[in-house]
Amino acid sequence: MDRPEITDPRDRNPAAWSWWYLLFLIQFIAVLWPPFYNKAEPSLIGIPFFYWYQLLWVIIGAILTAIVYFATDD
Amino acid sequence: MQNVNWTALIIFLVLFALITWLGFAAAHWRKGDLDLLHEWGLGGRRFGTVVTWFLIGGDLYTAYTFIAVPALAFGAGAVAFFAVPYTIVIYPILFLVFPRLWYVCHRHNYITPADFVRGRFGNRWLALAIAITGIIATMPYIALQLVGLQVVIGAMGVSGTGYRGDLPLVIAFVILAAFTYSSGLRAPASIAIVKDILIYITAFAAVIIVPIQLGGFEKIFAAVPASKLLLATPGPNTTGAYGAYATLALGSALALFLYPHSITGILSASSGHAIRRNAALLPGYSFMLGLLALVGFFAIAAGVGELPAYATGFKQFGNNFAVPALFLHIFPSWFVGIAFAAVGIGALVPAAIMSIAAANLYTRNIHREFINSDIADRQEAQIAKWVSLIVKFGALVFIVFLPSKFAIYLQLLGGIWIIQTLPSVMLGVYTRWFNDWALLIGWVAGIVTGTAMFVAAGLAPTYTLAVGGFTFPGYSALYAVIVNLVLSVVLTPLFNQLSAGAADETVAAEYRAPARTG
Repeated sequence: MDRPEITDPRDRNPAAWSWWYLLFLIQFIAVLWPPFYNKAEPSLIGIPFFYWYQLLWVIIGAILTAIVYFATDD
Repeated sequence: MQNVNWTALIIFLVLFALITWLGFAAAHWRKGDLDLLHEWGLGGRRFGTVVTWFLIGGDLYTAYTFIAVPALAFGAGAVAFFAVPYTIVIYPILFLVFPRLWYVCHRHNYITPADFVRGRFGNRWLALAIAITGIIATMPYIALQLVGLQVVIGAMGVSGTGYRGDLPLVIAFVILAAFTYSSGLRAPASIAIVKDILIYITAFAAVIIVPIQLGGFEKIFAAVPASKLLLATPGPNTTGAYGAYATLALGSALALFLYPHSITGILSASSGHAIRRNAALLPGYSFMLGLLALVGFFAIAAGVGELPAYATGFKQFGNNFAVPALFLHIFPSWFVGIAFAAVGIGALVPAAIMSIAAANLYTRNIHREFINSDIADRQEAQIAKWVSLIVKFGALVFIVFLPSKFAIYLQLLGGIWIIQTLPSVMLGVYTRWFNDWALLIGWVAGIVTGTAMFVAAGLAPTYTLAVGGFTFPGYSALYAVIVNLVLSVVLTPLFNQLSAGAADETVAAEYRAPARTG
């Protein structure tokens, strides 16, 4: 993509963006759309799906964040 | 006094004595000149990844959270679990936005979000709006920490009539005030380590032992009424409970790191890297919070609400008594002491950080800006110390003399108000595009809209928006901040015509890690 010369310090530095950040989008969608998970079955050791699904996403979210961290850390 | 649980009380007091000592000893930890505001109020910005983890964890996952979330599950069911998606989506926000804030604040010695807004937009009135919002949103939050403390003290059977009943609370608060005054942010940082370990022990014990005693998760969830087990499926032409759930999670997440105490925790980290690492590590607390939310269901299954032994507790504290009652019912007294100490100490950590954050705001953005601009650095720290005492005392008076439901309402309103600083602070770290006066008008509009929605909804955080034949029940904070944003965007070009806008004292490179020199 063509970018103009950045002379104004107010402009965002294009290098600050990384495509890895899109990974974050996954967890937003997975947990902010209740129709995905508002059900009791399948249950896990007696815990309804609604609860263990969201708890599982805490762990997946942390892993995704760790991936982004290692991928973007210089 | 009726039946004081002596074993629990003694263990509670021993642990309390330990953290009192720790709070005072913390003054000598990573020693700095506590007569300077960034040393007293930000721990000298010296906390690495691990201490930051404990500090922010202890700061955000407060005692009130650990009492109120399971209480909501106990009373209202599935909706309480919104705390889980909420505490999932905060971390991408922390990862992306706040290292930038850290770098620019470090560079310019900004101590508060309002300092940053002052520097970025050059408008002292906008900065004042940010500071006042922060202070007002924080005060009831401190008061609520006291509610957590009150519940566990009451649960151990320590009670009294009239003002004598509040004596234990007053003592705890005097201790808190004293060590915060003398050690600053180092006190809650060191205490947070003890508190978090106790909380983790308690949470895992509760989640492993209670289901065994109650005969497994299958039985526990079978005891939960079907209406509480899942969110109600929305009817036609409405987003129903789904919309409320998702907007509560998203709105709370956007608001969380705008609270002054969150930003104080973030700015005290030693580097932007420490913050990024923590975005991956802090979900450990979210997981525990999710487990603790389930404890509300354990309390339903154990039937503590019907046991006569706990009737007075429920009468006094409402559903907030569910978790303490369950612990008293299931655990041996010595462990109850540990668990209650975890909650009690868990109240002191965020209360200390909140009072420091409010004090920093007053000192930097009200006193220095509007009252006396040529105070010496040492005087600045001294003022902050005194203000931290006043703030805590105010919270204490609030909780002793007013029903705790006022604190709850105000804290809910606080969430709606603090999110109105999002365009200036969170978008401000990305762009200086907005006009400062447009931001200020957007802020006013957001506060007014949000407050009106809260009142119209009958002092509740979810407002039902009706558009055509459709209804969208959702978190007022989110609706109000959209109004705020739209106005800020629309008015910016207009105001830019009227005034050139003040200078930005920051430059793009200051929002990133400085280039490594080796």
